[in-house]
Amino acid sequence: MRDVPGGWIIRYMHSTGASAFFIVVYMHMFRGLLYGSYRKPRELVWIFGVMIFLVLFGEAFMGYLLPWGQMSYWGAQVILNMLSAIPLIGNELAIWVRGDFVVSDPTLNRMFSLHVIAMPFMLVGLVAAHIMALHEVGSNNPDGVEIKKKKGPDGIPLDGIPFHPYYTVKDIVGIVVFLMVFSIIVFFMPEGGGYFLEFNNFFPADPMVTPPHIAPVWYFTPYYSILRANTVNFFWIDAKLWGVIFMGLSTIIFVFLPWLDRSPVKSIRYRGPLYKGALAIFVVCFFILGYLGMLAPTPGRTLVSQVCTILYFAFFLLMPIYTSLDKCKAEPERVTG
Amino acid sequence: MKKLLIALLCAPLLAFASGAELHLDKAPDHSRDFPALQNGAKVFVNYCLNCHSASYFRYNRLTDLGLTEQQVKANLLLATDKVGETMTIAMRRADAKQWFGAAPPDLTVIARARASEFGSGSDWLYTYLRGFYRDDQRPTGWNNTVFANVGMPHVLWELQGEQAMGPDHKLVLTQPGKLKSEEFDSMVGDLVAFLKHMGEPMANFRKGLGVIVLIFLAVLFVFSYALKREYWKDIH
Repeated sequence: MRDVPGGWIIRYMHSTGASAFFIVVYMHMFRGLLYGSYRKPRELVWIFGVMIFLVLFGEAFMGYLLPWGQMSYWGAQVILNMLSAIPLIGNELAIWVRGDFVVSDPTLNRMFSLHVIAMPFMLVGLVAAHIMALHEVGSNNPDGVEIKKKKGPDGIPLDGIPFHPYYTVKDIVGIVVFLMVFSIIVFFMPEGGGYFLEFNNFFPADPMVTPPHIAPVWYFTPYYSILRANTVNFFWIDAKLWGVIFMGLSTIIFVFLPWLDRSPVKSIRYRGPLYKGALAIFVVCFFILGYLGMLAPTPGRTLVSQVCTILYFAFFLLMPIYTSLDKCKAEPERVTG
Repeated sequence: MKKLLIALLCAPLLAFASGAELHLDKAPDHSRDFPALQNGAKVFVNYCLNCHSASYFRYNRLTDLGLTEQQVKANLLLATDKVGETMTIAMRRADAKQWFGAAPPDLTVIARARASEFGSGSDWLYTYLRGFYRDDQRPTGWNNTVFANVGMPHVLWELQGEQAMGPDHKLVLTQPGKLKSEEFDSMVGDLVAFLKHMGEPMANFRKGLGVIVLIFLAVLFVFSYALKREYWKDIH
């Protein structure tokens, strides 16, 4: 950062890149929800995508410990303590994973090797699988039409255009626009107002001083809110364990989307008001959960996050009902442009 | 559906209402003012760098502020004799903890660590350093408006004089110091500017480079968009 010429730009690109990766991934997933890209025949593409999402969570969490600031340290303490919620073996498992009774040197070494070797290789492998699975079925489009159904005499889909040069030149424009936003953050506001680099993380890790308010970086906050929304011991199971279960479910539940959606059409263009409304509520809840996850809990905030958590799960669990009741428009035979 | 959405959007607003407010004075911006930054470095080395270290900052990086290595060696090198050294101190942390209750923190990135939703780290430091007042309840005899029950005594009291907490929670100067109130504020402003500079010495270069990068990307955007249009014009 200081003694290596240009070292600051590497570090800012790295820290901003973590947030940028999540912005891009969340936008990509939202596009999938809009145009039904997870639907048959692209279930495998979607499943690999969700796996990338989950591995990315791991990669980001482990990377965040490495600067060894106060938020790194106490964030890791909170997340690794979640293991201790598992009945019977929880405490021993948590100690085994940390390599100590608290987050310390062995934990740092483990997280480092996982962050730089294991997780990146898994990501590269999964991205390759994601693209191979996509190559098999072809891309979706905003009409949700399977272009491979209508082929010309030469065997080329009538509504298709080759990836190169059309999408390569189009994506260069997208990449340049992305780089402009990225550069504005890297060069003019690397802390991102405290959202990309948390201010408290400029204090070195101190196991003896617990910060008054521990908040993860913004991309984890929706799930952190779901974790904290569970405050009731239910069915003799501890509230903490419920929190961990619901948080885990809320990320894994995306896998089941291809089978939960019963709509005759794929794209938002031809869907009825029920799906549009449900998606809107889901997105609003996601943002509210994300915002609340950054704040210290109060009874009012916890109530709001509980309501949002219920609506978050309702989007998935009620999907078979509302998508089959929905009044959809007829999907066209060919791409409308 | 619309009503539900509006209700959903409004309900959390109640929950978002935040509690305690912290009022901070705005620190002057001296990020490109070399005389002010040099004065800040002088104050820092003379008053802070006995208990506080800045162990990620090297003395010879002061050349970024228009000083020569000779000038640094002659005037600011009190704690070491090598100009390439970092700003460390002789006091051990264990001792410091015993003497002050908490070891004085390293100040290299303090201006970044103290930023919050109430203001920048510079604002916090500017208010903090001017916010000491007499409090006989404290072992040091001093308390602070933004850092309640702080362990640090008022190191600059000779310059500022003594303040007392008035009945309306406003500070009153009870005993004037060597400097006039405006002079003291201006000196603290220089010190805070130096602390900010130390937190990120390359900040000015970073912004300058950013302008060039954005101009380059803007030109690249024009060409890449023209190329895209050229290829796609026969598609629709």
